[in-house]
Amino acid sequence: MTDAAVDRPRLDAARLRRWLPVYGVYVALVALFAFNAVFTERFLLWENVRIQLVQVAPVVIVALGMAVVIGTEGIDLSVGSVMALAAAIVPIYLGYGAAPAVLMALVGGLVVGLVNGGLVAYVGMQPIVATLALLVAGRGVALVLSGGQLKEIRNPDLIALGSTDLAGLPVSVWLAVALTVVIGFLVRRTVFGRRLVAVGGNRRAADLAGLPVRRVLIGVYVLSALLAAVAGVLAVARIQSSDASQVGLLYELSAITAVVVGGTPLTGGRVRVLGTVAGALLMQLVIATMIKHDLKPSIAEMVQAVIILVAVYAARERRAR
Amino acid sequence: MSHADAPLLDVVGVTKQFPGVRALDEVSMTLRNGEVHALVGENGAGKSTLIKVITGVYQPDAGELRMGGARTAFPAPLDAQRAGISTIYQEVNLIPLMSVARNLFLGREPRRFGIIDTARMNREATGTLRGYGIVGDVRRPLGELGLGAQQMVALARAVMIDARVVIMDEPTSSLEPREVDTLFELIRRLHRGGIGILYVSHRLDELYRICDRVTVLRDGRVVHTGPLAGLERLRLVSLMLGRDVTTVRREGVTSFTGDHADTSAAPVLRASGLRSRHRLHGVDITVRPGEVVGLGGLLGAGRSETVKAIAGALPLEAGTIEVAGRPIGRPSTANAVRAGIAVLPEDRKVEGIVPGLSVRENIALAVLPRLSRLGVVREKQLDAIVRTFIDRLRIRAAGPEQPVDELSGGNQQKVLLARLLATAPKVLLLDEPTRGIDVGAKAEVQSLIDELAAQGLGVVLVSSDADELVEGADRVVVLRDGAVVGELRGAEVNTDALMAAIATAAGAQDGADDD
Repeated sequence: MTDAAVDRPRLDAARLRRWLPVYGVYVALVALFAFNAVFTERFLLWENVRIQLVQVAPVVIVALGMAVVIGTEGIDLSVGSVMALAAAIVPIYLGYGAAPAVLMALVGGLVVGLVNGGLVAYVGMQPIVATLALLVAGRGVALVLSGGQLKEIRNPDLIALGSTDLAGLPVSVWLAVALTVVIGFLVRRTVFGRRLVAVGGNRRAADLAGLPVRRVLIGVYVLSALLAAVAGVLAVARIQSSDASQVGLLYELSAITAVVVGGTPLTGGRVRVLGTVAGALLMQLVIATMIKHDLKPSIAEMVQAVIILVAVYAARERRAR
Repeated sequence: MSHADAPLLDVVGVTKQFPGVRALDEVSMTLRNGEVHALVGENGAGKSTLIKVITGVYQPDAGELRMGGARTAFPAPLDAQRAGISTIYQEVNLIPLMSVARNLFLGREPRRFGIIDTARMNREATGTLRGYGIVGDVRRPLGELGLGAQQMVALARAVMIDARVVIMDEPTSSLEPREVDTLFELIRRLHRGGIGILYVSHRLDELYRICDRVTVLRDGRVVHTGPLAGLERLRLVSLMLGRDVTTVRREGVTSFTGDHADTSAAPVLRASGLRSRHRLHGVDITVRPGEVVGLGGLLGAGRSETVKAIAGALPLEAGTIEVAGRPIGRPSTANAVRAGIAVLPEDRKVEGIVPGLSVRENIALAVLPRLSRLGVVREKQLDAIVRTFIDRLRIRAAGPEQPVDELSGGNQQKVLLARLLATAPKVLLLDEPTRGIDVGAKAEVQSLIDELAAQGLGVVLVSSDADELVEGADRVVVLRDGAVVGELRGAEVNTDALMAAIATAAGAQDGADDD
């Protein structure tokens, strides 16, 4: 029938448009991995894979929190500064041992999360503005706390966190895997997870259905800040020093990129946890590929920009019903 | 109409196939010069598809369009516009932040030396709009006008760009009666000028007021086309529904039956002295178990605001709300839901459904805490509840996992009702429960309201459909300017009395306030 002949390609295009933003990241990841496996020397060596995973772990952890915030139609620009804040807090309390120091770093994250969430949920500020304020203020406080100096870390427990392997993989990578599972469970199976996507999908409707919208919003910003604090501690442990002016720099952008490339729409109402992880891996792999093939960092940045544009372009179809 | 040589627009045997659905099946209809032609049918009958074919959004799989007798095709919407077909949607598609004048002249601004001649544009716009009954500063942003006035601007624009066919899709759904009058006045003038108007509406009253002929679509086919005068209302409804005239007659225009209220029972809802700045000035409402209390009044009288206030969604300056004798704490939506109040919001899309989420998640939204242990959702119990409500409310979806925005309006409304009922509420607040849904779903929703009341729920019903209000409610509280100005009970609950009460409420202030 002519009908079918005319309709079929169109239908496939429509299906592709829906499919692409969700699964495109996995295809790209596999393709790029395969490319490297064939054309990049020493790519498949365990040592190389390990380095890539260690580098991507903090991005994954921060991006998980970012994905949850973006799921509520928000954004958290303060994550990089929270990492710096956590990094600045750690050496202050390290005298009491690694655990109290890490705990205090997390408390620092908690405070920033509460402020972010409070500004968004109760004051009614736009997330981008509220968290931009904390982006500036957070690093400022971190610099004050650290006195603007780089501090070396000599605590063996903390250093172990950054350099020990567990079953062949570094602790930080295991932590990223574990947190991915936790956030995945949180988003898919818990009341909080269901509520946060409802708030992102239609805030008025969620409110009228009696959902505690403000509590949910505060929850996601706290979660995001806590995850950023964890990433900050990991960064300190790995480089065995704390430099509040460097830790977490531009991480907010890496995290947002991972989330967007992973297929989570910026318009909220959906969180793709695995996609976010794949997005972070993909961006890491892009940079690694460029470096291995002796391309300038500036070119790597342009390629990243193109990937972001493609991801956003592919996701754009979702809006037009 | 006698001056018509060739018809303005001919739709000849148009068929449009979508995967799994034949949306239009050899549809033919004729729009003559200077007529107002009603296009009616249930949701899913093919109205929107037909409009999209006529406006060049869709290409017909078979059949053709003719304008003035000559075969024509619109590969893109712009081609249809160039041919003089203009569409006015319920949501005005102009630019709210631009000035009224700019909107009116968008794309055809008068220029001087290549620069927009603002003075001339404003002058002409003022003159043009005065003819449409809009007076005011045309330099102000369009968004500051009321929706009705915005629609007039859209219409004026359509006429200015030499439209010969104007398609109006539910133009009155957000207009006040006065604005509707102005709109109809305008439509009459247009049609004297030879423009053909295709008028799509769910409101039968309007069709009989304004339309010359009618085409009824059902399941993608034309089931009737002809003059509207002389076509009995019941016959029209039965054509749309595909039901027998006698059943419709026996069941009434709506699907409500009898009373269930037990007048001796203690009220399930008592709201007193509700005050909110500019909106409510001391509203009292009492609802007994099994009672359906209608809220009557004109647009802006405070009906939706009253509902919102009871639901905890409107900040109150004063007033108390009791459910089954117990005051709910600080007014908030969460407290209201906990106390057993469930609200069906007026605007399904904006305040109701969560698009992108599945039918299942939408139904489960409000009841999650009860279906969870330590914050983890019990999926099996949730599935059971969702299945129960899909069956009970006859929600037509491909399955619980289908995204809710793919459903028809009527089924979306049922999903929302399921969401409310899942919380086992004591009081239901229904704000325009049947607006914009097809006749079949409307009947189902109406009998469901009846059924729920019979089970002892207290229901507050807001409806701008007088028939629905009168047949559905046991008692009608009439509001004006945020205050109760009258009440109809028992035999007084009929359309005439309601109209009288509203008219009195709007006009004779003194008499009403003496109550």
